[in-house]
Amino acid sequence: MSATATAVSAQGSDSPFPLEKDDLLSAYRTMKTIREFEDRLHVDFARGDIPGFVHLYAGEEAAATGIMMHLTDEDRIASTHRGHGHCIAKGVSVHEMMGEIYGKVSGACRGKGGSMHIADLSKGMMGANGILGAGAPLACGAALAAKKLGHKGVGISFVGDGASNQGMFLESLNLAGVWELPVIFVVENNGYAESTSVDWAVASDSYVDRANGFGLPGVTVDGTDFFAVHEAAGEMIRRARDGGGPSLLECKMIRFHGHFEGDAQTYRAEGEVEDIRNNRDCIKMFADRVSEAGVISRVETDAVDAEVATLIDSAVEQAKAAPLPDTADLLTDVYVKY
Amino acid sequence: MTRKISMKEAVNEALDQEMQRDPTVVVMGEDIVGGTGSPGEDDAWGGVLGVTKGLYAKHGDRLMDTPLSESAYIGAAIGAATCGLRPVAELMFVDFMGVCLDEIFNQGAKFRYMFGGKVETPVVIRAMCGAGFRAAAQHSQMLTPVFTHIPGLKVVCPSNAYDTKGLLAQSIRDNDPVIFLEHKNLYAHESDVPEESYTIPFGEAAVLREGKSATVATYGQTVHRSVEAAETLAKDGVDVEVIDLRTLSPIDNDTVIESVEKTGRLVCVDEANPRCSIASDVSATVAQEAFGALKAPIQMVTAPHTPVPFSPALEDLYIPTADGIADAVRKTMAA
Repeated sequence: MSATATAVSAQGSDSPFPLEKDDLLSAYRTMKTIREFEDRLHVDFARGDIPGFVHLYAGEEAAATGIMMHLTDEDRIASTHRGHGHCIAKGVSVHEMMGEIYGKVSGACRGKGGSMHIADLSKGMMGANGILGAGAPLACGAALAAKKLGHKGVGISFVGDGASNQGMFLESLNLAGVWELPVIFVVENNGYAESTSVDWAVASDSYVDRANGFGLPGVTVDGTDFFAVHEAAGEMIRRARDGGGPSLLECKMIRFHGHFEGDAQTYRAEGEVEDIRNNRDCIKMFADRVSEAGVISRVETDAVDAEVATLIDSAVEQAKAAPLPDTADLLTDVYVKY
Repeated sequence: MTRKISMKEAVNEALDQEMQRDPTVVVMGEDIVGGTGSPGEDDAWGGVLGVTKGLYAKHGDRLMDTPLSESAYIGAAIGAATCGLRPVAELMFVDFMGVCLDEIFNQGAKFRYMFGGKVETPVVIRAMCGAGFRAAAQHSQMLTPVFTHIPGLKVVCPSNAYDTKGLLAQSIRDNDPVIFLEHKNLYAHESDVPEESYTIPFGEAAVLREGKSATVATYGQTVHRSVEAAETLAKDGVDVEVIDLRTLSPIDNDTVIESVEKTGRLVCVDEANPRCSIASDVSATVAQEAFGALKAPIQMVTAPHTPVPFSPALEDLYIPTADGIADAVRKTMAA
């Protein structure tokens, strides 16, 4: 699960892909873990087990996974409200994540953050964020710190198509260019800002044009294609590490669930969700490609599926069994005198 | 060795000494170097009022001019603070806080608590505050209560050069976000300041003048007006204790309460607008904690509940005056 830097090319191996079999299996495991995590939350939320707001990443797994495979713990990501997939791909413990979502002391933030604020700086995860676009300046800060402290770390800022209209995000594109920061802005364009269509809410037709307007290179990829994301992100991250500065990656993706759990999604076209689930499932497409190429067998992916199901079972069980925070925890971790 | 320097020089000296002491300290803001990328001098300004002048020559690119983009660079300072740097970001005028407030109050202020105590955010946001500069409604506010309302922020507003140097060094070494407000009308004010580096702990008010008749609690520019009022009243035999709160979060209520237990009378003076102000906060705390000690109703002397006016004739009426403070003390004495 841990995001390890991977070989760019697997030349000389039996794999027709630019990744070794182990890395492909690892990518599959990460994507499947995200899907299982989110699907379980979908069911448990509907049953009333989970307090608060939950925004699910299911359907978008290829983007987080394809990008994060290039990163180490030294690299920092600033995530969004839809951050579970980013956390898992960045190596945050699913047990700590589940504990956090259940509001337990076993959580990544000891129950004080919740789904929208999961963070683990030891893994380079600077936090999911309930304020859309606010992570972009933070990622610039991470990139600035890497530059000033003289290490090769990069900052990755995730925004959705909605938050791509925020001033904080647009200002960050400019600042990153001016300061030549090793930062990559990833626009996860799933077509909807909550319920509002990207076609209506983003005046420009092209995120590449928008990036170019700020003097940054930009690339658009099919975010449901793990290999396309992996290749484009790898190039941008290498460029940033080598002092080539910031860039923007638009991943066109799809959202299996609503904006939040409980969203009836009446704004979507009839049959839209069924269609994308049946025909554009990034995990199915990945599994088909690697199995058709004879690199990973169905038996092997089935084994990962079983392993992941067990992992999520145990995360849910532990989260349910974990103690709630103490009364005293209300007043810790902040200056309080009044 | 101690010598007289201005509050402006005290800011510069604290930044200089902290940058020498700790290589992770970086300073950023609009025009804090001045002239970056322009055809003339490289180090032209040192901030709009020259506060950071000379630091670029000593510390090079650890001082960074920024685009006019407060959300981006204040947010970057906060992000960098979670990644091993100790940034000091200058916002020029506190009035500009509105354009980047999310990064301060929803991000930096909340990280330590929201992330379960696992993240520290050692960032200082410096800004000029206060009226009296004929700078009008959008360059003259205090806004101190906006920040004291927010858990996770520490808020400092010194009244003299000595406190400025020690409190700024403390702010830079602190592991929480600190809003450090410098009253622009006090930049030229001089006091005795040691050359060597020192810190002043947060949450310790200074009793500037001891007295038995009444207590005046205040901070910033109105400290000096309160001392002036106390000197006037002393001629009439009214012995006023003047407390400079110095830091507003944490705030040293204990020193105020102890003083009121001695004097029985309290005047809270605040250049901020009156509703939910530092003055009303201190008044409420004293009423709750030391009601029995009060011999008269608490008085508040604040700015009116208006924007800061431009015309000097009106601005002079806006800021609490020594006469107004003296009148409020007399009112408590008459009760």
